[in-house]
Amino acid sequence: MFALDPLLIGDIDLTVILIVLLKVVVVFGVGLVATMLMVWFERKVIAGMQNRIGPNKAGPWGMLQTLADGIKLFFKEDLIPDRADRFVFKLAPYMAFVPAFLVWAIIPLGGDYTNGNGGIVTWFGRDTKVQLADPQMGILLLLALSSIAVYGIMLAGWSSGSKYPLLGSVRATAQMVSYEAALGMSLAAVLLLSGTLSTSGIVGAQSGTGNWNLITTGFLPFVIFVIAATAELNRPPFDLVEAEQELVGGFNTEYSSIRFALFFLAEFMNTITMSAIIVTLFLGGPQPLTINIGGLEWNGDLGLGFLNGTVWFILKLLVFLYMYVWFRATLPRLRYDQLMNLGWKVLIPLSLGWFVVLAAMQLGKDEGWNQIAVVAVSLAALLVGALMLMAAVKVSARNREREGTMF
Amino acid sequence: MGYLEGFGVTLRQHRLFGGKRVTTEYSGGRRAKKGKDDSHDEKQHKPERLHGRHVLNRYEDGMEKCIGCELCAGVCPAKCIYVRGRDNDPENPTSPGERFGWIYEINYLRCIHCDLCVEACPTEAITESKLFEFSFTNRKDAIYTKDELVVDDHGMPQHLPWEDWRPGEEQNTSGWMRATSPGGDERFVGEIGWSNELGFGLRAPEAKQAEADAPKTVRTISRGEGH
Repeated sequence: MFALDPLLIGDIDLTVILIVLLKVVVVFGVGLVATMLMVWFERKVIAGMQNRIGPNKAGPWGMLQTLADGIKLFFKEDLIPDRADRFVFKLAPYMAFVPAFLVWAIIPLGGDYTNGNGGIVTWFGRDTKVQLADPQMGILLLLALSSIAVYGIMLAGWSSGSKYPLLGSVRATAQMVSYEAALGMSLAAVLLLSGTLSTSGIVGAQSGTGNWNLITTGFLPFVIFVIAATAELNRPPFDLVEAEQELVGGFNTEYSSIRFALFFLAEFMNTITMSAIIVTLFLGGPQPLTINIGGLEWNGDLGLGFLNGTVWFILKLLVFLYMYVWFRATLPRLRYDQLMNLGWKVLIPLSLGWFVVLAAMQLGKDEGWNQIAVVAVSLAALLVGALMLMAAVKVSARNREREGTMF
Repeated sequence: MGYLEGFGVTLRQHRLFGGKRVTTEYSGGRRAKKGKDDSHDEKQHKPERLHGRHVLNRYEDGMEKCIGCELCAGVCPAKCIYVRGRDNDPENPTSPGERFGWIYEINYLRCIHCDLCVEACPTEAITESKLFEFSFTNRKDAIYTKDELVVDDHGMPQHLPWEDWRPGEEQNTSGWMRATSPGGDERFVGEIGWSNELGFGLRAPEAKQAEADAPKTVRTISRGEGH
């Protein structure tokens, strides 16, 4: 599958440049507005779940509350602690903010994926995709950028020259590095079945609800990905990075004014982009929901023309945004050792084992082996592996107990 | 699976799925007075003995009750009351007795509405109304002087521009002070231990507990609730 944007093949003239510029501006604007609305959405939904009202004064239904908060933060005094490393302290918010924005570039935001079109639409007489860029290493860019975002948080805590931010950033680094492994492993399951790294290609391979990676990878990678993504985002119940009760404000304690706003913005933007990534990877991105049960058939056409894909994308996105707020309203924060246990002893082995099973099935399909035998053998191997792991964990726990160390 | 049950609990609380709001809205004050927003302008019911902004009471003959003894200022934990007394003019006295409150100021940026001043007052001069909806916008307005605190010629609290009074709200200016048997002793329930007030005369005591619990009351309190 050819992944490059057809817009950039052939002559590059003024129209092409203008289309690209338009896309950049639209993605940037939509990103900012979406983040603003996300903050409002989260406050409103969590207020609803706690029998409160939430912001309702600024603008219709309080929608402009975030804007008001942003303006307030912008005009506040910008403090830099005496013992801070001034250059790194100033750099850190941008390290967190810029990657959050860049991920938007590789997400297919719409387009026509029916009949194997590959999401190509025609604007101003040019064929193009409804995404800013479609690099062939799309998903790797995501992983790279989320790794850079760790630097933002780590450097923020380190350069503050203060104790609690440092603790927060140490936690953040350990947490994000740990969960990145599980994240990448469940991602690999998707890539194995799609056979491409390009986000557009991954979406293209999921036409029809039955072909969504959610179903073809067997649901488990999806669950692991959602959990690991929550931990990557430092959202509750994995928000140890900014555990208010323990660490004052976490890594951003010493930040104020617009620098704090940038961290805040990055956090919420990451929530949206990660939801968008989940939708792209597992739920077919802008692919419509198709129903084909018995005699009932529906191809998911909402009658909106070229906006069809975008509307479906937004609908799916909203489900995940609501889910994240729901998590926050429901789950208490994990303890640090629980977090590490979940990451290293449950999620990573599970996603690795599942990946091996999927790889065996894929290989069996290519080689023409008996599918049932392949599944049986690989599941048996998985079970043996799980038992051995559990035994190892138990033995080491007993040894530690004997030595007198708790964790 | 305890976790999953929790998800159900939070979801049921959301209004989309049948949850209820317990927050009530109030947007009164100056904004409501200007007629800009009257959509949520209902005040909520307040208890009889709520501690609101103070009033300085007068006797039925129009004399001020305050004798300038400064006990309220002395007892105030927030140090928000400033009082200076002065000898009454024998020809034209302000209060019955020797002295009267000449300067009386309360700083509402400091007041914590603890009502210790009301307890300390030997003449029931200072009491609290139920009004707490007053929002001044500068520090000068926050300091209420004697002119603003003393009740008017009908015994009603004065209405300052930034205060949100509603009809009927002036009636209860001494709810806490008239609370019978604050110590819980049954012998004092329903006993009158206060003097006349301008505009109200001698106020009636609260009902005894047996009367309060009688079935004639509209509001029913189920067993196990409260107390």
